[in-house]
Amino acid sequence: MLKFIVRRLGVMLLTALALTFIVFYLTNLPPNLEKLAKSEASVRMSDEDVIKWIDNNGYSTSMVSRYGQWLGVLPGWVKTLESGEVRGRCIAKGSDPAAAPSYCGLVQGSWGQSTVFKKPVTEVLSRGLSMTSWLMLSVMLVMVPVALILGVLSGMREGSATDRVLSTFAIGSTATPEYVSGVIFVALFASATAGISPILADWGWISGKTLFMGTATSAMDKITFWNFALPVMTIALYGIGYIARMTRASMTEVMTAQYIRTARLKGVSFRQVVMKHALRNALIAPFTVIMLQFPWLLNGVVIVETLFNYKGFGWTLVQAATNNDIELLLGCSVVAVLVVLVTQLISDIGYVFLNPRIRLS
Amino acid sequence: MESLSWLQIIGAMAGRFLPVWLALGATFALSIAFKRRLGLYGKLFDSPVGMIGFAIVMFWAFTALFADTIITLDPLSQFSGSKNAVPGSALKAPSEGGYTHFLLGADHVARDVFSRMVMGSRVVLKIAPAATMFAFMVGITLGLPAGYIGGKLDTGLSFLANLVLAFPVILLFYLLVTPEIKATYIPTSFAATLFLFPVIFLVLLLNSRFFTNPMKRNLYVGIVLVIGLWAYSGLAFNADPLGVWSMDPNLLNVFVSVVFVNSPGVFRIVRGMVMDIKTRDYVAAGQTRGEGAWYIMLWEILPNARGPLIVDFCLRIGYTTILLGTLGFFGLGVSPESPDWGSTIDDGRKLLSIVAHPALAPALALMSLVLGLNLLADGLREESLKD
Repeated sequence: MLKFIVRRLGVMLLTALALTFIVFYLTNLPPNLEKLAKSEASVRMSDEDVIKWIDNNGYSTSMVSRYGQWLGVLPGWVKTLESGEVRGRCIAKGSDPAAAPSYCGLVQGSWGQSTVFKKPVTEVLSRGLSMTSWLMLSVMLVMVPVALILGVLSGMREGSATDRVLSTFAIGSTATPEYVSGVIFVALFASATAGISPILADWGWISGKTLFMGTATSAMDKITFWNFALPVMTIALYGIGYIARMTRASMTEVMTAQYIRTARLKGVSFRQVVMKHALRNALIAPFTVIMLQFPWLLNGVVIVETLFNYKGFGWTLVQAATNNDIELLLGCSVVAVLVVLVTQLISDIGYVFLNPRIRLS
Repeated sequence: MESLSWLQIIGAMAGRFLPVWLALGATFALSIAFKRRLGLYGKLFDSPVGMIGFAIVMFWAFTALFADTIITLDPLSQFSGSKNAVPGSALKAPSEGGYTHFLLGADHVARDVFSRMVMGSRVVLKIAPAATMFAFMVGITLGLPAGYIGGKLDTGLSFLANLVLAFPVILLFYLLVTPEIKATYIPTSFAATLFLFPVIFLVLLLNSRFFTNPMKRNLYVGIVLVIGLWAYSGLAFNADPLGVWSMDPNLLNVFVSVVFVNSPGVFRIVRGMVMDIKTRDYVAAGQTRGEGAWYIMLWEILPNARGPLIVDFCLRIGYTTILLGTLGFFGLGVSPESPDWGSTIDDGRKLLSIVAHPALAPALALMSLVLGLNLLADGLREESLKD
């Protein structure tokens, strides 16, 4: 078991390095650096000025060495400008160059400075992540129980009317990406001119103009049901169908197993069979699926945070990407890649623990 | 001019789709009449779920085909004074003999929502199936040897596939589908690599089949090479000497990214199935007969894996449609004027809580197409399991 985990951790580290290098490479391509120079210094820069800016800010050295500096395994660059000013990767503006450390990278805990927000990357990211963790937590609390119940109910009696209805719902929900369901939800519940809000307002059932809020900006200060339900529903809906279908498949498989028939023939009630005999075995496969759903949730988070203007991790990622904020984008990708890889690892280990038939070594 | 009521709008829309209804009716009548002779496709018409799915998919396919006759107004032109007009409202100044109403209203710059939605189907159905096809060629060409030969090759390719799969899709799109990247060699080199696979696949397929008959082999492989490399030069490098094959750089960038994101998934499925099938007796029999490795992979294993692959193909077109919508939603790649569904939803969402209809029409269109594809896949799965 230990050897397996160590091996997996090794592959994970390699994957993380490769992925961050790809992001580093793509964000540091010459056209992106030019764009960065123009957005940082001035839009009407001449080509020579751009080259000079890139050179002065340490972007002209080789890609690999700069990646090493960002990681913190190579010493940061130091450059004396023509004006006599000493600039360097680890030298904060206006501080004494002599006192600056020679290494400053990921390993040393320095994630760099965001050029869009003018703040350290760690600060921007931790703010975004704390916002997103509330969203993710709510989504999980809604999505997992609903999906499992739907899956178990429809897989319990294959081919029954309940099964047909629930399966159709599951297919429908997997066909509705977040940007579609978000739009439909807002139009139905949070539009002053369409959906049910105008009717409710007419009847005097709601005090405001709309039932739910169309944006989740206010949820950043205080989460209420009315400003948070739509974003959570939007992300959860897409996942529910997928997990429910997986649960259904595994439940139908378990229900046809010999030991279930034996239990039924012994006279155990159907309810008891489902609860005591089938459920635990049927939930092994969905566990893996739920864990592997995290990367996709990340996608949903980006779309929903953009749609509902909720300034969490996904929103930060979009801001970083549209403005080519290299250090912030790298920070975002480190977080994203870690989330994906760690959930993969947990799902593998969990699968081994849950399923007594699998033995490593 | 009077505005239309909802009943009139629905009637008018149904009338506009007349060519689609006719084509759909003809397809169904012919297919049901000959369903016993049509193999898996014919069996689809035994399953109600599959039939509904197929009907929805074909509805959009025919809509894309007849889009020019279905649209009521020019999808790109703006009609002054009709900003955010509600569904069914009349045009302020209809042109002579032109259509007089906005069937589904107008958007924030007063373009006709209905016509844009219809035209959008053309954009989506032009890219999604083709991109999925390419992804399948790449996934199959790499997945077969990875599963069959295994060893170092498998380890290496699987690592690469997992690498791409571990990338958050949106981050990858933001890195690959930007105007800055378009100026670099990256889209071209991606295209150069990915577009080579269909040619390799077809050459391997024909070469392994007609290996024993050099005359035929040379002819078929020669034809594939000439046409394939001709198309390849045009699509990947935009260097077709005759100018028949070409691809807009914007479109190329989107296309290549979507293929790139999809292929590792196909690779994993093919690899898994090959590892399962290669233990069967008929593969061992082929090996004993002295058949070549590629012959066994392409002509013994691949046909026996077709069921799950066809199902996955349908699902994956739906997934690709969702990805294209995501790209449009973030305003990546496609031109801002483009009527594709994702960008139209993006345009409409800014005013969503005040006027909902410009975003709602493409959203429902996209949803129905993906739903149709999922139902079709479900029907196919059900029917292919019956043999």
